[in-house]
Amino acid sequence: MVLCLLVICLVSSALLAVVYAVTKAPIDAAAAAKTNNAIAQVVPEFDGTPELAEISVAGTDYTYYKVSKGGSVAGYAIIASGSGFSGPVTLMVGLTSDGIVYNTTVLSQAETPGLGAKCTEPAFADQFRNFNPEEKVLKVKKDGGDVDAITASTITSRAYVAAIQNALNVFAAITTGAQPDAASGASTLHATMEYENTSETDNGGQSNE
Amino acid sequence: MSKLQLITKGLVKENPTFVLILGMCPTLATTTSAMNGMGMGLATLFVLVLSNMAISATAPYIPDKVRIPAYIVIIAAFVTILQFIMQAYTPAMYETLGLFIPLIVVNCIVLGRAEAFANKNSVVDSACDGLGIGLGFTLSLTVLGLVREILGSGSAFGYKFISGDGILVFVLAPGAFLALGYLIVIFRKLTAKK
Amino acid sequence: MEYLIIIISAIFVNNILLAQFLGCCPFLGVSNKLSTAVGMSGAVCFVITLSTLVTYLLQYYVLVPLHIEFMQTVAFILVIAALVQMVEIVLKKVSPSLYQALGIFLPLITTNCAVLGVALIVVTKEFTFGGEPHMLNLAESVVYAFATSVGFGVAMILFAGLREQLALSKVPKAFQGIPIALITASILALAFMGFSGLV
Repeated sequence: MVLCLLVICLVSSALLAVVYAVTKAPIDAAAAAKTNNAIAQVVPEFDGTPELAEISVAGTDYTYYKVSKGGSVAGYAIIASGSGFSGPVTLMVGLTSDGIVYNTTVLSQAETPGLGAKCTEPAFADQFRNFNPEEKVLKVKKDGGDVDAITASTITSRAYVAAIQNALNVFAAITTGAQPDAASGASTLHATMEYENTSETDNGGQSNE
Repeated sequence: MSKLQLITKGLVKENPTFVLILGMCPTLATTTSAMNGMGMGLATLFVLVLSNMAISATAPYIPDKVRIPAYIVIIAAFVTILQFIMQAYTPAMYETLGLFIPLIVVNCIVLGRAEAFANKNSVVDSACDGLGIGLGFTLSLTVLGLVREILGSGSAFGYKFISGDGILVFVLAPGAFLALGYLIVIFRKLTAKK
Repeated sequence: MEYLIIIISAIFVNNILLAQFLGCCPFLGVSNKLSTAVGMSGAVCFVITLSTLVTYLLQYYVLVPLHIEFMQTVAFILVIAALVQMVEIVLKKVSPSLYQALGIFLPLITTNCAVLGVALIVVTKEFTFGGEPHMLNLAESVVYAFATSVGFGVAMILFAGLREQLALSKVPKAFQGIPIALITASILALAFMGFSGLV
């Protein structure tokens, strides 16, 4: 009886190990392709391969890719996230070397289909193409900024904006080379946290995502 | 029963969703669009056919007392294989369906067919049975997904035919229960006439 | 504070039955009577909390160090099945009265997707309780599992109460049984949506 179960477990495990070994390469390739596509989407044209690096900003570790063209830095693709309605909304945020948001793309999100999940659609995401944080205010209109929120999905829109803000903080940290604990970085991060907190209470009725 | 009958009975007479009311979790959770429903249905179909065949082949050697854990291990192995394959070749669909792919292990349809059919029938018959029930499940999930997608977002299989939003509640949780409830009523009305 | 957010979120906002659709089979299957619903909820609560504790340890102290994360689904379901069996045996010996109350529900729980679902959620999903996305630690996982199963109980008991009333009313023939139950569940889910945005 026990022997029989043992045999079944062993055979299944062996089978799984084989399939795992066979599919590992395609799985890694699919994951790499996804990252590379995301990078190519969000940064200006570049040559060579993106350079993977990590940085710690305000106690959180971020992964980013540096791309170059003709020897000089063309831009950064930074992975950052914000708290959405049902979990993190993780973005690949592309920035040019002078700190303008070139484009963004969603890496993962679990928002409600038809509501928050619309953050992946161009209708919302395209407003961040060539977004210059010095000219426009990176907040949704409800919070006094220049970003059009998704209808009935303010929390998701705020998460998207917060993710971009995090990426900008990372960018500031990369370019200045210092930890932005003191002046600018910390204060903007604090501002981000603040309006995230209010977002949790001021949402009544149907606009609660 | 002929092979063809084995396959077709799952579509209407023993439809797992509308008649047997089995596997409700993936049915309600993944049918936010027709494509997602179909993806979930086909994933279940894959596991159902393979596990039915494997269980039918091994059933004579498995002592009665440990048969349920043994079946669960076999099913879990096929589900994990499915996970690898989907991760490698359909990563977008794998991400959308998420948690509900590993949860095929505890889908009562799969274990139910193992207990009710596969362990006392031939390998070929069991494969046909798995195929039939799997197709019935896929069809039901696609229909439910289609209804929710049309009402909820005004599109069908991702093709948008109205501008603006639909009746949003249909893509949310309450709409899942409501749409399935009414579809079962319609299914009953339609099949009662025959 | 963080634990309070986890608890409220798991019970009301992301209710496992009405928002995540995990454990719908017992939700529709054994919700005819209030007393059975209470028994089932108790058993589920016990098993989910215990199995999440065990699978969490299994994941981080066995599967990850051995680099066999791909055995996750198989290992988890086996552990859950064994655990349910053990709980049944122990309960029979230690507390026959509790066994009588919960015993008949225990075999059904192995294939309750809420149990495997919660076990998988805590080791795969990132949470955003209180700031940056992070994986749950052991204490948070157990609290989350317990709160989720309380949410299961709340929804289950409310629903059973409604269905007991429903049994007394006149329902068109085609709607009898599951369809009217689903429509009732829909209204209950609608009511629970009122909690969204709470945390």
